[in-house]
Amino acid sequence: MSTQSTPRPQSRPPSARALRMRRWRQSAADLWREFRAQRAGMVGLIGLSIFVAIAVITPLVAPSDALSVTQATGGRMAPPDGEYWLGTDEFGRSVALLTLYGTRVTLIIGIAAALVAMVIGTLVGIVAGHFEGRVSWILMRITEWFMNLPTLVLAIVLVVVLGRSIAVLVIAIGITSWAGTARVIRAQTRGIEGRPYLERARALGAGHWSQMGRHVLPNVTPLVLASTIMAIAGAILTESTLAFLGLYDPNNLSWGMLLNRAWSNGAMSAGAWWYVLPPGLMILVVVLCFTLCGRALEVALNPRLRR
Amino acid sequence: MSLLDIHDLHVTYQVASGSVPAVRGVDLSLKPGETIGIAGESGCGKSTLAGAVLRLLPSPTTITGKILLNGQDVLTMKWGQLRTVRWSSASIVFQGAMHALNPMHRVGAQISEPIVLHEKIGEKAADKRVMELLDQVGLPSWRANNYPHELSGGQRQRVMIAMALACNPDLIIADEATTALDVMVQAQVLDLIGQLVRERDVGLVMISHDLSVLADTCDRVAVMYAGKVVEQGPAHEVFAAARHPYSDALASAFPVIGDEQARHRPRGLAGDPPDPADLPTGCSFHPRCPVARDSCSSTEPELQALPGEPSRNSSCLVAQDGLPIRPPVELKETLP
Amino acid sequence: MSNQILSARDLHVTFGLPDGREALAVSGVNLDVAPGEIVALAGESGCGKTTLARALLGLVEPTAGSVTFGGRPLGTKIRDLRAFRRQVQLVLQDPTGALNPRHTVYEAVAEGLRIHGLISDEYQRVASALAQAGLRPPERFMMSYPHQLSGGQRQRVVIAGALVLDPAIIIADEPVASLDASVRGEILALLLRLRQDMGLGALVVTHDLGLAWSIADRIAVMYLGRIVEIGGVQEVLTNPQHPYTRALVSVLPDSPVDEHIVLTGEPPDATAVPGGCRFHPRCPVLAGGLAEDAGVADDCRRTDLPVLAADAPHRQAACHYAHQVLGASAGARSGAEPRPTA
Repeated sequence: MSTQSTPRPQSRPPSARALRMRRWRQSAADLWREFRAQRAGMVGLIGLSIFVAIAVITPLVAPSDALSVTQATGGRMAPPDGEYWLGTDEFGRSVALLTLYGTRVTLIIGIAAALVAMVIGTLVGIVAGHFEGRVSWILMRITEWFMNLPTLVLAIVLVVVLGRSIAVLVIAIGITSWAGTARVIRAQTRGIEGRPYLERARALGAGHWSQMGRHVLPNVTPLVLASTIMAIAGAILTESTLAFLGLYDPNNLSWGMLLNRAWSNGAMSAGAWWYVLPPGLMILVVVLCFTLCGRALEVALNPRLRR
Repeated sequence: MSLLDIHDLHVTYQVASGSVPAVRGVDLSLKPGETIGIAGESGCGKSTLAGAVLRLLPSPTTITGKILLNGQDVLTMKWGQLRTVRWSSASIVFQGAMHALNPMHRVGAQISEPIVLHEKIGEKAADKRVMELLDQVGLPSWRANNYPHELSGGQRQRVMIAMALACNPDLIIADEATTALDVMVQAQVLDLIGQLVRERDVGLVMISHDLSVLADTCDRVAVMYAGKVVEQGPAHEVFAAARHPYSDALASAFPVIGDEQARHRPRGLAGDPPDPADLPTGCSFHPRCPVARDSCSSTEPELQALPGEPSRNSSCLVAQDGLPIRPPVELKETLP
Repeated sequence: MSNQILSARDLHVTFGLPDGREALAVSGVNLDVAPGEIVALAGESGCGKTTLARALLGLVEPTAGSVTFGGRPLGTKIRDLRAFRRQVQLVLQDPTGALNPRHTVYEAVAEGLRIHGLISDEYQRVASALAQAGLRPPERFMMSYPHQLSGGQRQRVVIAGALVLDPAIIIADEPVASLDASVRGEILALLLRLRQDMGLGALVVTHDLGLAWSIADRIAVMYLGRIVEIGGVQEVLTNPQHPYTRALVSVLPDSPVDEHIVLTGEPPDATAVPGGCRFHPRCPVLAGGLAEDAGVADDCRRTDLPVLAADAPHRQAACHYAHQVLGASAGARSGAEPRPTA
């Protein structure tokens, strides 16, 4: 590409919004192209689409009484047969339908918790990276404290204290996992702070929030995006672990909860693999898909990583 | 006998998107004890030329032509012979010594490395040579135990020079060897290079974008643009009165202090040096040339001696017709 | 308009290093920059010129002394500095780094306006600034990104970004060092034109004396945190009086100084400033015995020189020898009258 060619003339003055929209579309198109070039990422993306489709469609097409304990018609933990493809649980409900239903709650908790962690982590990271001196020091000590806490223990304590609802679960998981992100974002921010265009912004008279919002945030956003995807995977695992340990919202069925129910009813010792395998496998596969996507997104945003 | 003879050198890089001609037909010759400067800016091919002499270019590269070093063609040498030639017949002082020096090894070890490789002498003897070399480049001998990061920019460059001299080469190529240095340190390093060249009667090829430095240090200068030599001649004459509009523009970027003509009259070219992958037709300088004629965009110029000036070569079609290469009216500022 | 002078008075900037040492980056500088003149601030790396420029912009807080603009001292908080920022602007060395690669040319130039809340006529102001910086017609460049432009064009965008606020003074830190040599002239010509047409003043920080010769009216040469010589460019560069300036000019090709004075060693860093005249360990005049002959050798080694005045009408050099032998004025101590030559 020759740098000597001058851009084509514009007849109408551009509005700031039009420019921004055009830029967004252009970088989105470029990103998609890079992402598409990676097979692993595409596999992950397809997998995720399927999961999302399941989460959305299941409540619409599956029989509404699939979750009802009183209307269950199958035998107790019966193995798979013609009617119940993945057997039944301890109440006689179809494990297959239960697993499909569990997709929604698992994804919701995972995504929401990851978003909470990302927002806190990004905010702390940017502020700690931008300001020097005491503010940064205090924030980093807090971050390190949270980082060194055993995540699971803290989450357990929070859920036990605040009660078992989706909201509490989301907050508990979110609060215990923002620290890693904050560290990474802070490092990235410090790198950007040193760049000449930040100095130019200061020379132009930009205040702190202007500098952070106009220059730092847009530059860390790609990193945040990729990290969020990976964080969802982590959040799902954490949620599943918590649910397995009994900390789940009884009104909302998740895969972790299914595993807990399977275990408490002795499905593992009884050899009822059809009760244990489906939710376990789903957790594994969804985490894998998110990880593949996240990794592919990282590489798409920074093509140098490919080599 | 000629020390270095380059005949019709063409170097083309092969990249994913096609071939990029970096050097498009260059002829150069150098006798022992002579100094020649190669002037040019980014993308003109000067560093490629330097790398070609020692065949240090990456492998997917097509090189045609001849490079005769002491009469032997470097391009057709066998690998074993090339290795002997490298550093003992010709060596290079690179720019940006921080990158050319290994940060993990002490400086003395890096200087002795080529000595041990080429001359098969013991470590003790090699160390002794290292001390002598450090002394010659003006560094105290205890510096041999330093790591590169413990030295300043000027000191690192001196280490590079010591390395280049390690095997007593016949030819030294200095590729932008002083560009990143402060004025005074640059003067020290240039003085040193000049002194060593005179003492040892080696040939020196000095590559720089600073035409005034070349005018001061070298006997002759060749100005490169877009892979070709556009002007050649005695260094001082080319600098003071160029016969190609590009050399003229380059020279005016380094005004001489005391020159009243240069006060408040900065002159510069618009645009950037051309992308070697996308060169203009005809004379590759014509889009930026202040005296370009219509024929310049269609005729491929040749480097020729100018009428009445046998020692001056120029590839400017305007100069070859005997016309001045500077426009009559001084533009206050060139518009893009 | 004529009182919009940027002044430094007895400015000191000291940095504390992690190992406890102190770097005296700027240790006593008086300097004035007025609209309508181009002042070159020259020196080698480590002399403090970059720190001085940043302090004049309010980007670095001085440890002692003051920076005033139009007679009023700069504030320290961002809010206080806001009005000042419109009047004194910065142009950085590397135009590629100075422009956010994600912003278009339009956004880069409009940034200053948006920060200061000058939203009316934004489009007109941006177009006018681009045109003033030589990018014509402005519409052609507004929607491009920095990587689509040449190096010279990028620097023009940076300059347009500074011009859009209608400043009185521009501080340019090595404005052409990152550009290809043959392209530098166009940016320098632009700075000259801005001075001529708009009465803009400029402080150009550079290590390149040729650049100073090319566009500056006055030059201040710095060494280890102090200005060692200041005066008109013609005077100082064709007849330098301070031994350091003399040496710097002498190593340039075809220099007006006949001898070729190459200083040995490198400048000591700002944590280890020598006593007496800070240049004395490397001074060829002292080493060559000339200072001894003139009877000032002791002074060179022990007596520090006064800080040169900012508003003296004639050229000054901070050197005991020059003061004694050449009759150069050396700042406040001797007043305006030169001593008779020996």
